Amino acid sequence: MDKSMEIIDLLCENSRLTEKQIATITGLSEEEVKNTIKNLEDKKVLLKYTTLVDWEKTGREVITALIDVRVAPQQGHGFNRVAHRICQYEEVKSVSLISGTYDLSVEVEGKTMKEIALFVAERLAPIEGVLSTTTHFVLKRYKKDGVFYEEGEDDKRLVVTP
Amino acid sequence: MNTDKYISNVVKSIPPSGIRKFFDLVTSSKDIIALGVGEPDFVTPWEIRKEGIDALDRGSTTYTSNLGLPELRIAISYFLKTHYNLAYDPEKEIMVTIGASEAIDLALRALLDDGDEVLVPEPSYVSYAPCVTLTRGIPVFVPTDEKNNFILTPDDLKSKITSKTKALILPYPNNPTGAIMKKEELEEIVDIIIEHDLIVISDEIYSELTYEGKHVSIASLPGMKERTILINGFSKAFAMTGWRLGYIAAEHGFIEAMNKIHQYTTICAPITAQYAAIKGIYQCEEDIVKMRETYDKRRKFIVNGFREIGFDCFEPKGAFYIFPSIKKTGMTSQEFCEKLLKEEKVAVVPGDAFGPSGEGFIRVSYAYSIDKIKRALERIKHFAERIL
Repeated sequence: MDKSMEIIDLLCENSRLTEKQIATITGLSEEEVKNTIKNLEDKKVLLKYTTLVDWEKTGREVITALIDVRVAPQQGHGFNRVAHRICQYEEVKSVSLISGTYDLSVEVEGKTMKEIALFVAERLAPIEGVLSTTTHFVLKRYKKDGVFYEEGEDDKRLVVTP
Repeated sequence: MNTDKYISNVVKSIPPSGIRKFFDLVTSSKDIIALGVGEPDFVTPWEIRKEGIDALDRGSTTYTSNLGLPELRIAISYFLKTHYNLAYDPEKEIMVTIGASEAIDLALRALLDDGDEVLVPEPSYVSYAPCVTLTRGIPVFVPTDEKNNFILTPDDLKSKITSKTKALILPYPNNPTGAIMKKEELEEIVDIIIEHDLIVISDEIYSELTYEGKHVSIASLPGMKERTILINGFSKAFAMTGWRLGYIAAEHGFIEAMNKIHQYTTICAPITAQYAAIKGIYQCEEDIVKMRETYDKRRKFIVNGFREIGFDCFEPKGAFYIFPSIKKTGMTSQEFCEKLLKEEKVAVVPGDAFGPSGEGFIRVSYAYSIDKIKRALERIKHFAERIL
């Protein structure tokens, strides 16, 4: 397998693996790993190293909403302009063009449902070209980025077997 | 009611499994990272599961012939030929069992009379010796040594042979050490086996999980096919532990004898699993390779991790376990494992559960994601800093 892909896969699994650990696993030298990662960062293949947090356990209120947006495509720009415009708000965590009934899927984070509702009403909906919005609040997370939120869901084996 | 007086003396004489004892301890703890499991972390490849579902859908819910579905035996014959260059007649020399576990039991029951001795290299899988005892045979442990990479050497073998020795269990790739025996190493013991007229029960359940080179079966060496009862199965390579499906390849006479027991005690292996396994052999080669590559990465990672923490760790070439030495801590395996569990919430298995030579070692499974192994290593490092 392509060594860069192998490194990317490992970082996706755990981005805190050290260069040395990655070198051990892949059989590359530490230097090669370092250079490959640098190269991938420079090319913006690796964009950011993030953390998956179960906010419920932290005491901080984090409400997430998935908002389906219908957009009138513009001559020469399609959906891009509106998408870029939505991206500017810091409450917006992700924006994707999607197929199907809606055009954009927007993920928004806030402290309360009201805060998000106001964001949609006052900022998102009035944007020129936005035809409609449908807001879905996330009530409970089961799995994200391949990780199960509830303990024991990912490994159903007995803990010790011969 | 005092049931004890009704239980047979043979059963009473068998010690409870060391793993079982530890299992009870682990299940009473919380938030642990367990590296104690002897089964793949992958679910069975989808093609195989789908065939199992389809078989039920078609209404295939009957017994099969005692030996197993003819199509499955043909598939097994094909697998043994293409993977290990072994030629077995699917009609006469192959039978399907309920896991390799039943196969071990059948082989021993077919061979042993009261007092016959069976050589059991150790450390090794926990069930060999008890199965010998249950058959009224006598298990004779042959200790293997880390110095020799935990292989069975000609001298070790010779030293334990007596006029009563009937069979040798050959457990490679090995659980718990991860040791394999290369072709040259097998060749060195063949003459002794033939000279003393021993039958080899070769448990090759981890054969597909061999890293750096291909697995060689002792049955492929000159003069050995006729005196080898080859045991393998689908649990490890195909990630099918819960389907309970294994098989035996051996001379027709041995198969007949074992089938006699099998037909009275179990009739046949489950038909759903048998149909699913056929799909596995013909269509899941890629999955096997992918799983092996994944295990190999973890193997390098975890061996290196233990060495960096400061433990001596033999480099395993097979299965999915490492067997590091904890001798320098001055603790027994049991003490080490209990302390590690209590203080850092990491579960590994004490080496002595696999035979007396396992004392001073621990078995650590790497059938876990890199992420989990990394977190476990951090805890073990923390632990080692206090005790080393």
